[in-house]
Amino acid sequence: MANDIIEGIVSLINGPVVKGTNMGSFKVNEMVTVGKQKLIGEVVSINLDKATVQVYEETEGLKAGEKIYSTGSPLSVTLGPGIIGNIFDGIQRPLTKIQSISKDFIPEGIGLLSLDEEIEWDVKILVKIGDKLKAGDIYGTIQETESILHKLMVPYNISGVVKEVKISGYYKLNDTVVILEKDNATEINLTLCSKWPVRKQRPIQKRLPIYKPLVTGQRVIDSFYPIAKGGTVGLPGGFGTGKTVTQHQLAKWSDADIIVYVGCGERGNEMTDVLEEFPALIDPRSGRPLMERTILIANTSNMPVAAREASIYTGITLAEYYRDMGYNVAIMADSTSRWAEALREISGRLEEMPAEEGYPAYLPSRLAEFYERAGCVTTLNGKEASVTIIGAVSPAGGDFSEPVTENTKRFVTAFLALDKKLAHARHFPAINYLTSYSGYVSMLEDWYSENVAPDMISLRNKMIKLLQEEEKLNEIVQLVGEDVLPNDQSLVMETARIIKKGFLQQNALHPEDTYVNLDKQYKMLKVIDAFYDNALLCVKMDIPISTIRSLDIFQAILKMKYDIPNDKINLLDDLKNKIIDTLSDLRQKYE
Amino acid sequence: MKKEYYKLQKIEGPLIVLSGIEGAAYGETVNIKIDNKELRKGKIIKIEDDKVIVQVFEGTAGISTNNASVKFTGEPLTIPLSKEILGRTFNGVGAPIDGAYQVVSSYRQNINGRPINPVARRYPRNFIQTGISAIDALMTLIRGQKLPIFSGNGIAHNDLAAQIVKQAKIKGATSENFAVVFGAMGVRHDDADFFKRSFEKAGVLDHVVMYINTADAPIIERISTPRCALTAAEYLAFKHDMHVLVIITDMTSYAEALREISSAKEEVPSRKGYPGYLYSDLSTIYERAGMLKDSEGSITLIPILTMPNDDITHPIPDLTGFITEGQIVLNRELNQKSIYPPIDILPSLSRLMKDGIGKEYTREDHADLSSQIFAAYSKVQDVRSLAQIIGEDDLSEIDKIYLKFGREFETKFISQGKNENRNIEETLNLGWYVLSLLPVTELDRMKSETINKYYVVYRER
Repeated sequence: MANDIIEGIVSLINGPVVKGTNMGSFKVNEMVTVGKQKLIGEVVSINLDKATVQVYEETEGLKAGEKIYSTGSPLSVTLGPGIIGNIFDGIQRPLTKIQSISKDFIPEGIGLLSLDEEIEWDVKILVKIGDKLKAGDIYGTIQETESILHKLMVPYNISGVVKEVKISGYYKLNDTVVILEKDNATEINLTLCSKWPVRKQRPIQKRLPIYKPLVTGQRVIDSFYPIAKGGTVGLPGGFGTGKTVTQHQLAKWSDADIIVYVGCGERGNEMTDVLEEFPALIDPRSGRPLMERTILIANTSNMPVAAREASIYTGITLAEYYRDMGYNVAIMADSTSRWAEALREISGRLEEMPAEEGYPAYLPSRLAEFYERAGCVTTLNGKEASVTIIGAVSPAGGDFSEPVTENTKRFVTAFLALDKKLAHARHFPAINYLTSYSGYVSMLEDWYSENVAPDMISLRNKMIKLLQEEEKLNEIVQLVGEDVLPNDQSLVMETARIIKKGFLQQNALHPEDTYVNLDKQYKMLKVIDAFYDNALLCVKMDIPISTIRSLDIFQAILKMKYDIPNDKINLLDDLKNKIIDTLSDLRQKYE
Repeated sequence: MKKEYYKLQKIEGPLIVLSGIEGAAYGETVNIKIDNKELRKGKIIKIEDDKVIVQVFEGTAGISTNNASVKFTGEPLTIPLSKEILGRTFNGVGAPIDGAYQVVSSYRQNINGRPINPVARRYPRNFIQTGISAIDALMTLIRGQKLPIFSGNGIAHNDLAAQIVKQAKIKGATSENFAVVFGAMGVRHDDADFFKRSFEKAGVLDHVVMYINTADAPIIERISTPRCALTAAEYLAFKHDMHVLVIITDMTSYAEALREISSAKEEVPSRKGYPGYLYSDLSTIYERAGMLKDSEGSITLIPILTMPNDDITHPIPDLTGFITEGQIVLNRELNQKSIYPPIDILPSLSRLMKDGIGKEYTREDHADLSSQIFAAYSKVQDVRSLAQIIGEDDLSEIDKIYLKFGREFETKFISQGKNENRNIEETLNLGWYVLSLLPVTELDRMKSETINKYYVVYRER
């Protein structure tokens, strides 16, 4: 072994935190391997010749005096074909490969694995000798799945003239397919993959303003509190309020090209559920299995905590990589609170001075760094693409004033608050229709009026106003009962009930109701609107609200979400006309 | 030959500190001999240069800086396992306390286990009939699920757990391949005896393994008790394809023991003094439940915890709820109304229920029925608070019907005898009976066909 390789020596072990001496020449954020078992770790701080390392694997059995080896590079992921449809742990090790090594349980010391290097990919080369290439330029493509074309891009900071090129054909991950000659006559081999340090944002040409929504097929989101492509969303909720079901619904139905789902410190069975369900589900747009556009990262709650901290960064880096190819990518992080807790746990073991509730003082800046990696951009190769971040938050005790929720609120534009009371009444999705907000409504106004209907946003505003009025009336009703309300106020109560039960409640398990397109959403709102306006005319003529309630149309509106299939939305126009006719008949009877 | 160390540097709470140690491994077990007589076990929880911090399982009482000799075993805490453990009782570190010899086996397993690879898991789908209406209909227990009981002091959680053990019908389980693993941390002697007796009554005693740490046993053993229990469960389920029902109680005592060690280690506390890693630590217990693709067995885990001050937002129930697949919440008010089991259905939930009920498993109307009962009972709560202000007489007609529904639901549906075993058919029919008290216009969670097929029948009666 060469003498210039410096090895650190383990001096302290405290759970996932290990300190070593003789490490003055190591770099911060450098990846290291620790001990005889070659556990994977990362240097987090250096003080004179002592360094602190967080270890991504179980440290049981590690001894003081064992060696720490440098790898020379920061914690990185391998970017290349084979990512889509795969499931990785927090540091991009494929879980299926781990299973082939160690069966059912994940041991420590299995080393650094990444993408499969043996698969032969059908590569189409797009460049010829003499072409000038710069960072981000595409030199080849691979049909990674039926629906995703993988683009091989010149890595960052590299440019030159093509000196040699292979013909299109089958190649493995590390085969050189193009040789570039730089200005200074050095050669660079381009393979099917490259490395990228996870904690560093991937470069772009410029940021673009946000203008189009991420259509999710969920009524309370699309119609009331929309998410934008390239936007940031916080999804907080106590346990049992349906965070995971909501995240799964978004992963299934939102119109992103690629979904990165990060199960960060959550349940093992939830990842298994996704693994069993997604290959069987068909993407309504491409007609292909959803798994062909999905990347899973699973670092469940009982897996090592430091890798949980890294999983969020691994996820966002993979998302940025596909964005750079020109795709709209959405990343679901479930849950960012577990990531923040991992920060807290490691911070505690590093004996750092705690700030709020034991969280380290750098929690807000880490959250900001993460959410700022979202955006609608022009990529280095001139394509418009986006990364949307949807971060679930699990506030302790369901209390939104805790540090992670509070700080998340500062950095996200849309805030979909899941409500315990709604969840207890099994009103799902339990997104609170009054305390939630979306800053994207105004940014998306033009898109909605062009692509859905000119009055979509004003209709939405009217509905929210009715719900707000109902909330105020509810305070009175709780004191004196509903019977004493004047008829027009009773109508507000009834209409709000229709909005809640007939529109906002959406059944994720119902085949028709699980995904609803924007046109149907709009027409449903029009039906409710027609009911309110026409019933108001009746009420002004002193027709009792109970008479209106007992009409058949009342039940028909409540059940329209189930009874009118997605491919027959014209029936909603018929329903609207029937409402107008019935209520006008009613008025004539009373005249 | 392993070295022995005779000088302790420091003894504090459950921890001892030794210095001048070479080659100690993180997490390894140490044997501590006191006055050359008593043997205790400990575990290394921190290494700093040549200094080692050891947590002593049986507690540090009676140890002085110079009456103990410490030997390092070089191995983490393991327990010997064979099918002979069935019918036996052990303490929190896996030593027999039933008067018989330790199980002889060359197969030893590290009690800490390792995380199950999510790819290797099988998603739990089949329902377990507990014979308890509130659970079967509204928070169905699924084979391989982890579903805790959130209770309070003095509420009948032990009766409920014992009734579940007695009545549970696990699909695929016969008397041969069914086992119960019982782990008790910091429970009273009479509670431990109660469980023993009820296992005996249910006739399953020779299929039960018990790991018992009573309230007067060393606090520190509470850390290893549930881990021993789950290691035994993993062995039975995944090596012998058995269906294992694991009951561990009381997780609150466990978390308090964890807090005690944390404070002795002078760690930075997080909420209510509990360590910042409470969530990760609890998950290494709860996540051991489940099923594997390459094994026929299953581990269904029912942890019991008493909520301090009945507060569900307390860190222990709160973090538990974030890890487990739902919760069964018991309610003091119902308990005082003598309703048994006193299950508060609204905050209760089974996350795996959606995939384990319906036509193939229970009955086609199950999902609609439970959703409607939740919605209606939630409305009952609103009506009750209104009634307290304006009085029952001034309620609207429909609100009065809801009050009646609430009463019938609590006394006829939730309430049942401690030996009453209702099958799923009876339970669902009972659900329709109470729902039929409501007019059809209130059934907004149902498909029209379901209403026609079931509601109409009961309404006419």
